[in-house]
Amino acid sequence: MSLTLDDVKRIAHLARIEVSESEAETYLAQLSSIFGLVEEMQAVDTRGIEPMAHAQDVVLRLREDVVSEANRRDAYQAVAPQVEAGLYLVPKVIE
Amino acid sequence: MLNASLKELSALLAAKKVSSVELTQTFLKRIDELNPSLNAFITLDADKSLAQAHAADERIAAGKAELLTGIPFAQKDIFCAKDWLSTCGSKMLANFSAPYDAHVIEQFNRAGAVNLGKTNMDEFAMGSSNETSFFGKVKNPWDVSRVPGGSSGGSAAAVAARLCPAATGTDTGGSIRQPAALVGITGLKPTYGTVSRYGMIAFASSLDQAGPMARSAEDCALMMNVMAGFDSRDSTSLEREKEDYTRDLNQPLRGLKIGLPKEYFAEGLSADVACAVDAALAEYRKLGAETVEISLPNTRLSIPVYYVLAPAEASSNLARYDGVRYGYRAPEYGDLTDMYQKTRAQGFGAEVKRRIMIGTYVLSAGYYDAYYIQAQKLRRLIAQDFEAAFKQCDVIMGPTAPTTAFKLGEKSDDPVSMYLSDIYTIAVNLAGLPGMSVPCGFGENGLPVGLQIVGNYFAEARMLNVAHQYQLATDWHLRLPPLSGEE
Repeated sequence: MSLTLDDVKRIAHLARIEVSESEAETYLAQLSSIFGLVEEMQAVDTRGIEPMAHAQDVVLRLREDVVSEANRRDAYQAVAPQVEAGLYLVPKVIE
Repeated sequence: MLNASLKELSALLAAKKVSSVELTQTFLKRIDELNPSLNAFITLDADKSLAQAHAADERIAAGKAELLTGIPFAQKDIFCAKDWLSTCGSKMLANFSAPYDAHVIEQFNRAGAVNLGKTNMDEFAMGSSNETSFFGKVKNPWDVSRVPGGSSGGSAAAVAARLCPAATGTDTGGSIRQPAALVGITGLKPTYGTVSRYGMIAFASSLDQAGPMARSAEDCALMMNVMAGFDSRDSTSLEREKEDYTRDLNQPLRGLKIGLPKEYFAEGLSADVACAVDAALAEYRKLGAETVEISLPNTRLSIPVYYVLAPAEASSNLARYDGVRYGYRAPEYGDLTDMYQKTRAQGFGAEVKRRIMIGTYVLSAGYYDAYYIQAQKLRRLIAQDFEAAFKQCDVIMGPTAPTTAFKLGEKSDDPVSMYLSDIYTIAVNLAGLPGMSVPCGFGENGLPVGLQIVGNYFAEARMLNVAHQYQLATDWHLRLPPLSGEE
């Protein structure tokens, strides 16, 4: 598999990271060499092997559906870039 | 006092030979003097540290002290600590004052320990050299032109130069063990699920695990007694009975079976590291252990598997940095998408962006099966290698890293060569097993070498015993770097 400059721009857009033309060129070279390393995986026949998502075979715990957190809105919003009247402010999304 | 063990410091505090305030001041003064040349700390706050020390002194006076009460510890800046800046080494969180404590921080607070400061690290723990921090590179106290390893390089350098008695670290692919090896200290990555990840800023959630970094195995055991334990706020925290990690320290090693994976002693291992590790194995034989050759045939695949899975998990975890709820927001932007894109382009450093892009790609439509699922299948083969190996031995030993500390800048422009330096550590994370690094001598240029000890699931007490017995017979862990100002 070889990556193209368009692939890099598409990935950057999916990841919501702005890249300039020259940065995209750099990423293309670096990501290509990393994927060169990753290609080694394709040589192994893994038919019939169960994917391992997690280090331990455990199931998620369930708990009672009750409130477990105190309301700490002020403390959490104190670290936000822009808030007003308890709301997070972002650029207008609906015209 | 700088080379004192945690037990010795505890005894001095209990006997009122030193107060927690004096102890904290001693280390703060050392940090003042030596940190400018090491850059091991991101945030120091003497007032907060000394307030905790005062409280500890009162607790000691009231006869309510625990073993670690009054002892200062440095905390990796990946742990949220209430009202402390918690930056994760990133511009994205450079002004983030955590509104709550991580479980690990809570546990140290509960024990009456003092938070001495937050240590430098690779940005979001992504790196093996501590060169990716927004707050500048950390230097190795044995040679300041060299890296301390990463990502817990600030904690490692701080412990090695005795700027603190001990510190915390986290290990996703070797980030406790590799820096411990490169600066000559002892570090333990516990079994996945042993230490709660609550409040520990996430990198790759199926691999991340916190652990102690200290001057000796005994100190690591005492820290594990505080750090480990069930916490319902981490969905992967394991419900197990509380254990005493010091319980086996004094067991003799007679009959211990040490497995030596032939893949860890093959091409790529530098001769000086091999020599120090061989000498350590000879010492273990003297202590009554026997060695047996084993094989971990999929070792080579652990690097590509890791560099698919960890970035995939990272790309998902780091999606939260959107400039809305906390952290950096770009000063100028157009619409919402533009705000996200500029915020993330400016807030993340180059290595973090590379990994987010790799992860985004391997999770994207059309590539998911070929990369992500294939990597998860190989992860199982890697875990099965260890399962088979532990039928033949009690612990596995080998080098922690293929070379001693490399030069600053040597690998920073070549991600692939940097990634290859994790060859002996990452399989352990993929399998979820516990691993340690213990100082075992010096290589060329007088740089420390680390011996890696890998145990079966939940075998930490046994591994600490294996390391402790070696440290009773050797003094590598007590050697101080020239920069520490003491011989």
